[in-house]
Amino acid sequence: MMKTKSVRLHALIVFVVMAVLLAACGSNAGSNGGNGGVTGNAASPSPTSGASEAPADNKEPLPPVKLLNVSYDPTRELYVEFNKAFADYWLKEKNQKVEIDQSHGGSGKQARAVVDGLEADVVTLALGYDIDALQEKELLDQDWQKQFELNSSPYTSTIVFLVRKGNPKGIKDWNDLLKEGVEVITPNPKTSGGARWNYLAAWGYALKHNNNDEAAAKDFVTKLFKNVPVLDTGARGSTTTFVERGIGDVLLAWENEAYLSINELGPDEFDIVYPSLSILAEPPVAVVDKVVDKRGTREVAEAYLQYLYSEEGQRIAGKNYYRPTNETIAAEFKDQFPELELLQIDKDFGGWTEAQTKHFADGGVFDQIYTPGA
Amino acid sequence: MKGSNNKKVLPGFGISLGFTLFYLSLIVLIPLAGIFFKSFELTWAEFWAAVTNPRVLASYRISFGSALWAGLINAVFGLLIAWVLVRYRFPGKKLIDSLVDIPFALPTAVAGIALTTIYAKSGWIGSLLDPLGIKIAYTQAGITIALIFIGLPFVVRTVQPVLQDFEREMEDAAATLGAYRFRTFRKVILPELMPALLTGFALAFARGIGEYGSVVFISGNMPMKTEIAPLLIMTKLEQYDYAGATAIAAVMLIVSFILLLIINLLQWRMQRKAAANA
Amino acid sequence: MAGAVTVFSKEDVKRPKHSTEHPVVQWLLIGLALLFLALVVLLPLASVFVEALRKGVGVYIDALTEPDALSALKLTLIVALIAVPANTIFGVAAAWAISKFKFRGKNFLITLIDLPFAVSPVIAGLIYMLMFGAQGFFGPWLSDNGIQIMFAVPGIVLATIFVTVPFVARELIPLMQAQGVQEEEAASVLGAKGWSIFWRVTLPNIKWGLLYGVILSNARAMGEFGAVSVVSGHIRGQTNTLPLHVEILYNEYQFSASFAVASLLVMLAVVTLIVKAIVERKSSSH
Repeated sequence: MMKTKSVRLHALIVFVVMAVLLAACGSNAGSNGGNGGVTGNAASPSPTSGASEAPADNKEPLPPVKLLNVSYDPTRELYVEFNKAFADYWLKEKNQKVEIDQSHGGSGKQARAVVDGLEADVVTLALGYDIDALQEKELLDQDWQKQFELNSSPYTSTIVFLVRKGNPKGIKDWNDLLKEGVEVITPNPKTSGGARWNYLAAWGYALKHNNNDEAAAKDFVTKLFKNVPVLDTGARGSTTTFVERGIGDVLLAWENEAYLSINELGPDEFDIVYPSLSILAEPPVAVVDKVVDKRGTREVAEAYLQYLYSEEGQRIAGKNYYRPTNETIAAEFKDQFPELELLQIDKDFGGWTEAQTKHFADGGVFDQIYTPGA
Repeated sequence: MKGSNNKKVLPGFGISLGFTLFYLSLIVLIPLAGIFFKSFELTWAEFWAAVTNPRVLASYRISFGSALWAGLINAVFGLLIAWVLVRYRFPGKKLIDSLVDIPFALPTAVAGIALTTIYAKSGWIGSLLDPLGIKIAYTQAGITIALIFIGLPFVVRTVQPVLQDFEREMEDAAATLGAYRFRTFRKVILPELMPALLTGFALAFARGIGEYGSVVFISGNMPMKTEIAPLLIMTKLEQYDYAGATAIAAVMLIVSFILLLIINLLQWRMQRKAAANA
Repeated sequence: MAGAVTVFSKEDVKRPKHSTEHPVVQWLLIGLALLFLALVVLLPLASVFVEALRKGVGVYIDALTEPDALSALKLTLIVALIAVPANTIFGVAAAWAISKFKFRGKNFLITLIDLPFAVSPVIAGLIYMLMFGAQGFFGPWLSDNGIQIMFAVPGIVLATIFVTVPFVARELIPLMQAQGVQEEEAASVLGAKGWSIFWRVTLPNIKWGLLYGVILSNARAMGEFGAVSVVSGHIRGQTNTLPLHVEILYNEYQFSASFAVASLLVMLAVVTLIVKAIVERKSSSH
């Protein structure tokens, strides 16, 4: 008995000593972490102060700065091109090198990562609701959506149908999606921002054609989702299912995703169909106040987003199949983007918070579609 | 290291056990405890509602059901493969033997993408089955196949050594008795193999319940039909519902722990039996 | 998990004729086993290479030498270089305590060591988020002190360590239990001290098992997807490991490039298995 007891004590002592050692290590690491720089930001000692002096003596190049743009899935190609353009512009303007890191994923997942501590200087997400979630955690200002013009949405998009070449199932409008034997591919509205736009567009169409009868609208979307064989977690997953795996007759997609799939994956295989009515998708952008103030990157972060509104930024958006908001530039692309009737989230659905609670929260309309007996 | 502890013959008990407990607490136990603390943010009623919501129940059914099927199929074919590898000689045996370990070493996401490529209706096998009206990818069959892939080595590698150890004596005994082949197998070999087979099955099953990376690609993620429990955790997280996510996680965690405890008790009994025989 | 990954290498036993199956039955069983392995394991493996080379060798090589792929490779190696030694030390210590001594709660302890095998990788990522994320238990303190754990290398290392904790320990425990304590006790009676007993007596006996455990945990460390995906933040060129890079390329419609990077991971798995075969040969010739 004695033996085991003393040995147990011994084990306990080792345990405690190690815990204390670790605590010491931890605080060391703390001070190291502080100096060593986290994701390379501390290497640029407060660029704001540097930047404000910069125009006075333009010869001295400013220390290079890094930005992190946390965005959603379909914007990869857009921001690769835009980042280059902005880096050139900023170097010319301020004589400072700026390097922009990109992170892409489902909009909700990305917002959650920022809430959990991913240090994004700017976020460019699929819907305002996801940025509101950041605001709730006080990462940015309450009226973030007024910080930039046009609801902080420098470009817009809409939801269209991508069908197989020649449109063999004759899909023209939302009600064709309900037909027997039509397979519809859309991501899951619970995990994908794009899918929420899809869903709301269908809902809006049903309301309009049923004298605003909500029961009929619910019936409409229920039938629609009965025709969905695969619910991927994100927009990109759905496109892959439709395009690569050859599943489904119609893909509900962002306009830009639809164009991209045609260009990248097969101009002879798909057609784009514009329904009679769709929804105006406004993917908003915002500066994450808490992060830029901590890292001292506010000036360049704001300039970065502002540059999206410049003629060059708008043209890049148009080239990547986003609808430019600048009218001159929009005119250049008018052949690419047919006019159609567009619902608006604030006007027709009472804003994102309301739409979210009603349709996509746990127990909301979307859950009821899949829950038997509800 | 410490010479002072001369009451035990061998040194190092204190430091090795102390370090083991310390490391486990730090890496595994304390973080896992966080799950329970977080789910305490819910009242009991909320917790219960979160873990018994119909969609959540359906996802347990799918996760546990597919893992059960995969475990059973692996038990049968894992035993067959172990049997063939231990008892027969054929060309390329060494190669086949190493092939069994591939699922241990292959990243799950790669496995998921590769399996989807093959079993979707445009893939090598999917295109053969599609005309027959059999769908694998995006159905529960697809999930099961992914879990079979993940779990196979667990069964083979648990059964193989046992089979190797006792086969000769058992065989000789059976041969003297003049028993028929299949009867020998059923009456003599199978009962002896059972604990090892059960362990392998339980490991494959436990691993299958929680598998995420390989399954999300092939499952199609349809609520109530092919939505697995780990995906629901992810879904809840993406709606900023941390407490709800951790509630489901806590349930899965408890199940995993109980399963493992059973496995280890089984193995402990096996060892005692072996010791008694020796 | 005892024995699940145990090295064993007995020579095929010559069996008297009466105790083996009819050759036809043998070949049927072999055929069935091979068919199953082909369908479940070999085909996915082959498809990775076929898809990777679909657009030609040029695309394949470009995909592997592109800067983002290289930085993912570098990060993957760094993570494995930290996680594997940490778990090796842990595994040896745990196996020593469990196999050489008697104490109460041993089965419970073994079960705890096994736990990461059965915990969903998603949960593994989630737990560290709850601890170290900005909204987590230590989040505010970490952020005040300028320490970034989540969405940076430390978080990825932690998640990787978690999923690979059991491999070395589980390989060594049955091995050392089977070997017993006689040799060590004899050495101790002859006056050898702790470390030298370990180095001179124990280590030579377990080195192949140890190496096998290290190899497997290395393969798992490099290939982990689910847990790392939760804590990485997916910053291109910075916090993407190879498996995450595979997913990103896949999502960018660069299917061939995606499979090319995946094939790199497959080759890693194959190399792992070759090393393992060599290990087994060596240990059997021992």
